[in-house]
Amino acid sequence: MLVSLKWLSQYVDVDSLTANELAEKITRAGIEVDAVIDRSQGMTNVVVGHVVSKEKHPEADKLNVCQVDVGEEELQQIVCGAPNVDAGQKVIVARPGAKLPGGIKIKKAKLRGQESNGMICSLQELGIEGRLVPKAYAEGIYVLPADSVPGADVLALFGLDDTVLELGLTPNRSDAMSMLGVAYDVAAILGQDVKLPEITYAAASEKATDLLKLRVENIEANPMYAAKVVKNIEVKDSPLWLQNYLMAAGVRPLNNVVDITNYVLMEYGQPLHAFDYDRLETGEIVTRLAKDGETMTTLDDQERKLASHNLVITNGLEAEAIAGVMGGEKSEVTDATKTVVIESAYFNPGSVRRTSKEIGLRSDSSARFEKGVDPNRVLVAAERAAQLLAELANGEVLEGTVLVDELDKTPVRIVVSPDFINGRLGMKISLEEMLDILARLKFDVEAANGVLVIDAPTRRGDIKIPEDIVEEIARMYGYDEIPMSLPAGDQPGKLTAYQAGRRIVRNVMEGAGLYQAVTYSLTSSANAQKFALKEETTTKLLMPMSEDRSTLRQSLIPHLVESASYNVARQADTVALYEVGSVFFGQTAEGTPVEEEHLALVLTGKWIDNSWQGEKKNVDFFVAKGMIEAVFAKLGLTNHVTYAKAVVDGLHPGRTAEILLDGEKIGVLAQLHPQEQKAMDVKETYVAELNLHAILKAAKEELIYSVVPRFPVMTRDIALELDRAVPAGEIVAIINNAGTKLLKDVKVFDVYEGEKMAEGKKSVAFSLKYFDPERTLTDEEVVAAHNKVLKALAEAGAEVR
Amino acid sequence: MEQQLTQLEQEVLTKIAEAADLKALNEVRVAYLGKKGPITDLLKGMGKLSAEERPKMGALVNTVRENVTAQLEQKVALLEEAAILAQLENESIDVTLPGAQVRIGNRHPLTRVVEEIEDLFVGMGYEIAEGPEVERDYYNFEALNLPKGHPARDMQDTFYITEELLLRTHTSPVQARTMEAKKGEHIRIICPGKVFRRDADDATHSHQFMQIEGLVIGENIRMSDLKGTLDVLAKKMFGAEREIRLRPSFFPFTEPSVEVDVSCHKCGGEGCNVCKKTGWIEILGAGMVHPNVLEMAGYDSKKVSGFAFGIGAERIAMLKYGVDDIRHFYTNDTRFLSQFHQAEV
Repeated sequence: MLVSLKWLSQYVDVDSLTANELAEKITRAGIEVDAVIDRSQGMTNVVVGHVVSKEKHPEADKLNVCQVDVGEEELQQIVCGAPNVDAGQKVIVARPGAKLPGGIKIKKAKLRGQESNGMICSLQELGIEGRLVPKAYAEGIYVLPADSVPGADVLALFGLDDTVLELGLTPNRSDAMSMLGVAYDVAAILGQDVKLPEITYAAASEKATDLLKLRVENIEANPMYAAKVVKNIEVKDSPLWLQNYLMAAGVRPLNNVVDITNYVLMEYGQPLHAFDYDRLETGEIVTRLAKDGETMTTLDDQERKLASHNLVITNGLEAEAIAGVMGGEKSEVTDATKTVVIESAYFNPGSVRRTSKEIGLRSDSSARFEKGVDPNRVLVAAERAAQLLAELANGEVLEGTVLVDELDKTPVRIVVSPDFINGRLGMKISLEEMLDILARLKFDVEAANGVLVIDAPTRRGDIKIPEDIVEEIARMYGYDEIPMSLPAGDQPGKLTAYQAGRRIVRNVMEGAGLYQAVTYSLTSSANAQKFALKEETTTKLLMPMSEDRSTLRQSLIPHLVESASYNVARQADTVALYEVGSVFFGQTAEGTPVEEEHLALVLTGKWIDNSWQGEKKNVDFFVAKGMIEAVFAKLGLTNHVTYAKAVVDGLHPGRTAEILLDGEKIGVLAQLHPQEQKAMDVKETYVAELNLHAILKAAKEELIYSVVPRFPVMTRDIALELDRAVPAGEIVAIINNAGTKLLKDVKVFDVYEGEKMAEGKKSVAFSLKYFDPERTLTDEEVVAAHNKVLKALAEAGAEVR
Repeated sequence: MEQQLTQLEQEVLTKIAEAADLKALNEVRVAYLGKKGPITDLLKGMGKLSAEERPKMGALVNTVRENVTAQLEQKVALLEEAAILAQLENESIDVTLPGAQVRIGNRHPLTRVVEEIEDLFVGMGYEIAEGPEVERDYYNFEALNLPKGHPARDMQDTFYITEELLLRTHTSPVQARTMEAKKGEHIRIICPGKVFRRDADDATHSHQFMQIEGLVIGENIRMSDLKGTLDVLAKKMFGAEREIRLRPSFFPFTEPSVEVDVSCHKCGGEGCNVCKKTGWIEILGAGMVHPNVLEMAGYDSKKVSGFAFGIGAERIAMLKYGVDDIRHFYTNDTRFLSQFHQAEV
């Protein structure tokens, strides 16, 4: 909403404040002023000129040399390139030394040899937006009314010596979508009364109801419809003051009839529509719901297809307007219009909202109807338009109003106690102060039996419940006056075990040297199921903004790999990222997907890089695995986790492990498939993903101290010759199973594949630790225990080297 | 013999003085003081002396031996010290060379902001509540006093999955779910999480962002409690000297509703580019929980009241760390992420 202070000051006196002071007060009281706009934009020295003569420029086809009277004795010669300049016109002249918006300075000049003392201007050159300039002057200079006085200041003439406040309105304050609505709030802030327009005109003796019949078929959609009929009007340009107000409010002037409807819309917030009575043809208005598939052509020359929930205004035969949204071409007011019907109505807000959304047409009218207009202004606005048509279009207003009115206009009654208000605010505002504020807001209020009985004015449709009164009192009293306290009562605050566990996992990842990444939950449908730990259906958006963000992801890996690729493309030596985020699988009975929190990582490039000491190592499978093992170790799950070779699309078939927690698959760890690496423009890249939810929910072993060995540990090594395909993990399992309780630890300490081994064989060496916390073991005991292990290995076909 | 002894003493002392290292010195020790050395020999030859001379001579030999031994030990100490000095000299390194690499990762700046706020509120007795990113229309809108067709739904352009399912546009549905689950009990929660709106990604918009909401419900919860709580939050996030101010606003789920400004941390309120010359920066929206919201979740709005607030993690991080483009938070450029090593103190 654009509020011209010149216009506003018709209703409330704001002269005692600067525009910025006023804006600050309005903002602090609840309506945010987004911008304070100086309409003059620093313009100076722009005056009315009278083009006394015009001659073609001797040297240039498109230029004219004009002699212009600017209110001084001597005529000024000005060269003008506008196609519509002509002798006899009153025009806008920027004189030498003038400043125009955009920092333009006007100087004396010679144009192709002809002296030019200034510039004849278009409205755009005065800083008025092109879309607001009357169509007749959109492509050239503006021609002023013939009675304009040469030499007069143009700024005042166009009301550009004005400031406009741009309001950023919240949806509840539709009352401020009108000049009067803003005036009420400003008056309350400043403690003034609002000067309402005086509506008087001489009505003709002929009755409106004699000319126009009215029928409303659907009272729910259209509970009130008022029409005024005005005869013998003269369609022409509006006076400048009216055009100026409209341009200040961001509305393009058209002709006096349309301008008047727009003026009243802006003044009262009540949208009006003007029909050409003769072009209605039937002398009748019927409002009804449209028939399915019914069509009509709207003012913007588009054929609209309607449905049975759209309210239309008809002439009894066919649709003439879509109620509250847009009029029809057929009954549009033209220069030839003689008799107009002014419609002022209350249309059901939900109905208008739905229709305007369906049609994709938001207008100044629909924006107000869909929030609900003030029921008590429907008639007043119609009368105001009638008055202006009489004054500005020489119309004859017919007696009375054609009316159907079943609209409830009773104000909302709210009963609230001062204690409740103070209790909600944590304040001690006196009853007198509350009554004063409510009186300033022009709310009807009575204090009786310790409560306030308030009838909220219907223009304030947002005031419905006691809490609304709390807000009104607080915003007028001043939010700065609210004291500060903290909620009473203590209670322990804590993280859940899950939340604490997640932080531990983050710490492990960061301790391992990874940066936390955050990527998008939405991905392309092609990426959505890639690397997913489960095969489930995906969740797709109804109307995605792009295919790349159309589907919810089922794995964190694709976006992490994209991030790695992004960094590699920017010369990163090492990329080491992890992410904790949700993935989305299948569908529950509620229709929602199952959301699982996962942990994933991506590693590529150098890992150890102490170059001056000659130590270098690139990331590999086992660097990544070490990080995963660290997570399990921190969570006390090491003994529950196993790794098994697996094959997953997009991952290196020889370097992929699935991760099992108590035998259940909960993750994957792998090198990206070389083709995948090539496609993503990365070198050797390792990824892992774990179902964090499953890990954190898994029962953890109790942490109980075990005795620190006081007696010597006996170590025995075994080197085995194994088939290359036999996983070391399997042998460790065999050893662990065979070892007695004296066997406390098994470690792989060497793996050798090479020339010294037979084809397809490898050597793996294990180190076994035996001890008893209570005593020193004898050699015989260790040999006995170790022999069991050797026997089990022999049975399994593992050959000791 | 006495003369012989003095000569010997001179000879040993010279050899000790000449010994260049411990090995040479040891050779001297073995040669002169060993079992087969000349001093021992002299002692052995004392049997031939007269009874008179024997004690005199014995004392003399012992004095010489003690002197030689002392000289020897002194020299050993000297040589050992020299050896250590030589070793230290040898072992000397260039201490300005870089240390062996220890990779240190760090949290994402958004997580950093979220955890800082979580910890602050946990300290004030709040719990952390979380909920799904895919929500039912009911929890995201209807339970929050935004029935279907409500004009304020336009404030939040939504990614729908079906007519009834959507990507949550705020973390408020977690509040609605918590209220429903708590069945009338008092509540103090903080709700962090990812939220989504139909915005094209640019320097100031992101279709996915991170929100942190707070909710307190109890008897006699007042607007002053909200103001005090937000003051604690602003001071924690932006510095102890910060002040807040409330401005009336509108959210369908709160009444009264406020927008909260914090005094500019860059200029201290004087007016600068960060605060657009106003001295204040808008940081969050808040209000007293709307009675309809309480009633829909089964609370008696006559008996309890509450406040709620919502804050954008990106906005806080951008202000706090001076980040100028919201997309930095989602491109995961390590040159950006690695700037957040430094711990918050």
